[in-house]
Amino acid sequence: MDFGRISRRHLLQGGAALTLGAAAGLRPAFAADTTIGFIYVGSRDDYGYNQAHAQGAAALKKLPGLKVIEEEKVPETDAVEKTIESMINLDGATLLFPTSFGYYNPHMIKMANKYPKLRFEHCGGLWSEKDPKNAGSYFGYIDEAQYIAGIVAGYTSKSGKLGFVAAKPIPQVLRNINAFTLGAKLANPKATTQVIFTGDWSMPVKEAEATNSLIDQGVDVLTCHVDGPKTMVENAARRGAFVTGYHVNQSPLAPKAYLTGAEWNWEALYPKFVKMLAAGESIPNFYRGGLKEELVKTSPYGEAVSEQARKHADEIKAKFLGEGYTIFKGPIKDNKGNVVITAGTERGQKDPELEKMDYLVEGVIGATS
Amino acid sequence: MADGNIGLWTVPLAVLGGAIRVSTPFLFVSLGECITERSGRINLGLEGTLVMGAMSAYGISYLSGSPWLGVLAAGLTGALLGALHAGICSLPRVNDVAVGISLMLFGTGLAFFLGKPLIEPTAARLPAIDFGWWSEVPQVRAALRINVLFLLGVALAPILFWAFKTTRWGLLIRTAGESADAARAMGHSVLMIRLRATMAGGFLAGIGGSFLSLFYPGSWNEGLSSGQGITAVALVIFARWDPMLCLWASLAFGGAAALGPALQSVGVTSGYHLFNAAPYILTLLIMIITCSPKRTLSGAPAELSITR
Repeated sequence: MDFGRISRRHLLQGGAALTLGAAAGLRPAFAADTTIGFIYVGSRDDYGYNQAHAQGAAALKKLPGLKVIEEEKVPETDAVEKTIESMINLDGATLLFPTSFGYYNPHMIKMANKYPKLRFEHCGGLWSEKDPKNAGSYFGYIDEAQYIAGIVAGYTSKSGKLGFVAAKPIPQVLRNINAFTLGAKLANPKATTQVIFTGDWSMPVKEAEATNSLIDQGVDVLTCHVDGPKTMVENAARRGAFVTGYHVNQSPLAPKAYLTGAEWNWEALYPKFVKMLAAGESIPNFYRGGLKEELVKTSPYGEAVSEQARKHADEIKAKFLGEGYTIFKGPIKDNKGNVVITAGTERGQKDPELEKMDYLVEGVIGATS
Repeated sequence: MADGNIGLWTVPLAVLGGAIRVSTPFLFVSLGECITERSGRINLGLEGTLVMGAMSAYGISYLSGSPWLGVLAAGLTGALLGALHAGICSLPRVNDVAVGISLMLFGTGLAFFLGKPLIEPTAARLPAIDFGWWSEVPQVRAALRINVLFLLGVALAPILFWAFKTTRWGLLIRTAGESADAARAMGHSVLMIRLRATMAGGFLAGIGGSFLSLFYPGSWNEGLSSGQGITAVALVIFARWDPMLCLWASLAFGGAAALGPALQSVGVTSGYHLFNAAPYILTLLIMIITCSPKRTLSGAPAELSITR
């Protein structure tokens, strides 16, 4: 694969003339032969974060007139700038999706400044007014889907003990753990979530050990927030525990143990972006949304999910899709007994306070440090 | 799972279970490296061999449906990589450490490249033997579901110990490792001995890899090894090139790897990064305690490029 990149770089000089043309706008903003570039930090079939994006890219491939190019395992270094350059200069990409968190600043920002006529869309970054106008960031409130999964988990668990294999105690992860736990407490007010941090995004042996330790503690429903949930799902299913998935639908890995899961819905979002551009509109630079906006979704229920659980989960889901629903509604205490959201306060999804979350709610067994 | 709560007993049980589950790759790689280093050569490429072994085992098991064929394929791949290392090192003025590092990168890179289509499918796994049948406690039963490869590894350690001490080829390997001149004077080709020793080491390391992908954690992905191969190579030095000590050291490392998650699961949540680092702290401590400026490491083969 590296050979490919070397020759690409050699070709760069040759392609420079072409580039100038493309960048100067000779190519109409969105012609029938638009090329879209996707860049992934890992493998696109990892049953996880990257696969979710690749499914979005696959949805674009089905649309007529679009050419989708992809590159996997691009590190979050200036390597991503080289990939972006070659996608633009050699393949004529006019819309780019560098999908990993660390690509945003400074790499994607730098490229967006260099190619002001092209469009850059980043997953997870926080676009601000200072950033170039042709760059944007989008992200989904996946804690809504985790909340639904929590309800299902709460009903399914016989011991009332749920387990969460997490990578690092950062706000996004804590928010998922908290939403999952609050959902479970709707179903079973006594439910607890035991969390184990493995320390990094991809640590298969640690994830397997964490899964086994949780089950040894009596946990019978597990979920996770790591890059590739495959290890947790397979090992938990082998021990006879139930799981709810994350990132994409992992039910093919454990059809009997899989209850539901919190999934990204990029295959709905990306065609939307392309339609906006084709219609001459601009994509909002800061794009966020949850179940209602079709940025996230839940996996179909597995056979082990009871009628009661389905009914309750569907009810709450309908609220998310309809009039709206607030997960983080006071009073909420953290697991050390401090009130973190006072009674009467509702923290809606767009509340910036939630993006700074540094606590675990009551019912979570674990600590952030 | 009615009788699910065993409280703090989780921790020793998890450490025991971890020692059995996690230690096998360490054990195979370190025993393999032990053979190689005893012959006077160091093969740092075993991390690459481990990953290649994991990938080829998974691929062959997936294609053929037989995990044991996968184990064999992993061993052969490892032996081939070992032969490559030995072949390059037998050229004049080639440094075995440098070759090892390049083979480590080559092995992992090649495994990632060839393993691309294997991330998604699920391959047939190695079976486990249930040694916990006597217990009513599900946790004990789970900890005692033992894979045959682990038992093979445990049996191999005393066999190697005995072989180094009393057999003819054990003596030859040691001679090549202690004094290449002596081996030559006896009329043996040092290069051939080292070639075979490196291939045997690679074979074992490949099998260690097959355990990772076919048993525990039990699927192929790119983060699978996360440095276990290189840790196992270091473990050999830590074990003073003694196969029996390799066994104990591997068990200790396996148990230590389970300590972090197990402590978190019973509510000891502070300092989990420290507990996750336990195996490495253990290594450093033992290195510091046993080192001495007055002599080289006891038990080190004299021909090793790191001790020469």
